[in-house]
Amino acid sequence: MRVPLRQLAHARSGDKGNRSNLAIFVYDPTHYPVLREQLTAERLKEEFGGVLLGDIKRYELPNLHGLNFVMDRALEGGVNESLNLDGHGKSWSAMILALDVEIPDGE
Amino acid sequence: MDSKNTFRIGTGAGFSSDRLEPALDLLRHGQLQAMVFECVGERTLAFGHRDRRADPAQGYNPLLERRMRAVLPLARAAGTRIVTNMGVANPRAAALRTVEIAAELGLTGLKVAAVTGDEVSHLIGPDSHLMEPDCRLSETGREMLAANAYLGIDAILPAIEAGADVIITGRVADPSLFLAPIAHHFSWDLDDWPTLGAGTAVGHLLECAAQVTGGYFADPGHKEVPDLAHVGFPLAEVTAQGGATITKLAASGGLVSQRTVKEQLLYEVHDPAAYLTPDVSADFSRVTLADDGADRVRVDQAGGAARPDQLKVTVAFDGGLLAEAEISYAGPGAAQRAQMAGDIVAERMHDLHGSNGPTRIDLIGVSALHASAVDYPATAQDVRLRCALRASSRPEAELLLWEVESLLCCGPAAGGGYRGHITPSVMTYSTFVDRGDVKPDMELFTA
Repeated sequence: MRVPLRQLAHARSGDKGNRSNLAIFVYDPTHYPVLREQLTAERLKEEFGGVLLGDIKRYELPNLHGLNFVMDRALEGGVNESLNLDGHGKSWSAMILALDVEIPDGE
Repeated sequence: MDSKNTFRIGTGAGFSSDRLEPALDLLRHGQLQAMVFECVGERTLAFGHRDRRADPAQGYNPLLERRMRAVLPLARAAGTRIVTNMGVANPRAAALRTVEIAAELGLTGLKVAAVTGDEVSHLIGPDSHLMEPDCRLSETGREMLAANAYLGIDAILPAIEAGADVIITGRVADPSLFLAPIAHHFSWDLDDWPTLGAGTAVGHLLECAAQVTGGYFADPGHKEVPDLAHVGFPLAEVTAQGGATITKLAASGGLVSQRTVKEQLLYEVHDPAAYLTPDVSADFSRVTLADDGADRVRVDQAGGAARPDQLKVTVAFDGGLLAEAEISYAGPGAAQRAQMAGDIVAERMHDLHGSNGPTRIDLIGVSALHASAVDYPATAQDVRLRCALRASSRPEAELLLWEVESLLCCGPAAGGGYRGHITPSVMTYSTFVDRGDVKPDMELFTA
């Protein structure tokens, strides 16, 4: 069964210069393997490569049941250079939660 | 509570324009030993330099006067030390203004410290290497306005030791504003890396104020937050080992939960095992969280390793003028008409006016924040066209506004609600300098 990440997880994104970070945590620790296996750096690049122009590095946080993505050249130059209304990239966290993942039926 | 074993520190502001009344509530009822107003970001530091450029007596936080008038009497009554980077690009002017306000309020004897030395433009030259866009400074082709190093607790501690009631800094690493009074209270050694790392985790959790107490968290149907309209600001009960309980006033809105704490712990963090500040390389990767009663979360096991030898520097450049103009379209075909209008503006700016500055066309309500990242349906019936231009001159900026406004009669059908504005812009890039070359200083004023 495919479900949007928003059902399983919550997220927050932040910026430093032209680099964006996005931390995502599952509500239920039993879903942590789903997140770890399906939300890879490669998947983000595949889904949003048009704006996430640089390398994407992923850090695992098993204690907190979360992942932290660090995305280079993701903010069109950063908050003081970008012409994007959301120069901080604050909305990335909500965008990522729209992706779906496969979970076992009945969960 | 034994104040020797616990240090109570709260947040009065988590960004330059943060609310005031949650800070005043905390001062009245939080029994705090220190309160931090964190008011500088990459964006607001740039604004500070812009303001100081226009008027050498300005460049500090625009809300400083309003905040100080309300905060100083309560802080003195509660015995709470105030630490703030509201000095932004001009800490000395901010401190002098604060002393004047204190005197007007009859707070005789109040000691206000200005911490300076973060302005390091003398250390930056044409050959300085900028991390992004990975080039030498001279290659940007832009005029440098200022360069500010991130100072650490070693810049703030002399002011605390001198007995300052209010400490006003410019650019200081955000967690350091909190770590300084905590480290002073417990007499932590400045090379006790694990403990400084733990204190840095506390500072990091508090530095964005409501972002750990339910602000920036609510998502109806998924993440509920009680009484977000009156969200309270956080306080921490810090122990001598650096562990802490994050909480808020019971009467305030919002919530403190493991979820709010997790989101904030990683906010603006890259490698969780090496969060670099001027004080320590903090390790958040093994942090443990535990519920400790209603709206109370216990945070332990943050650690740290030796501080970096270099300090990060934000270099500010003249970014020209940001011109933005908008017009709305509604009803069937709104997105198509807005797109047509945007194409007309782009074509005329380029062909007729020879403008080659960076330009952006957004259809708000269709595709604005993530234009090229996502395919949105073009069926929206309430669309706002936004045109943005980084202009090199005021006439060029004014042309963009004129072109969008002229769509009212010359553009596609049924456009309305034109607005336009021009904002002076400062751009910022990062570089590094050797720690030993940066000389923090402190000046004490008495009301």
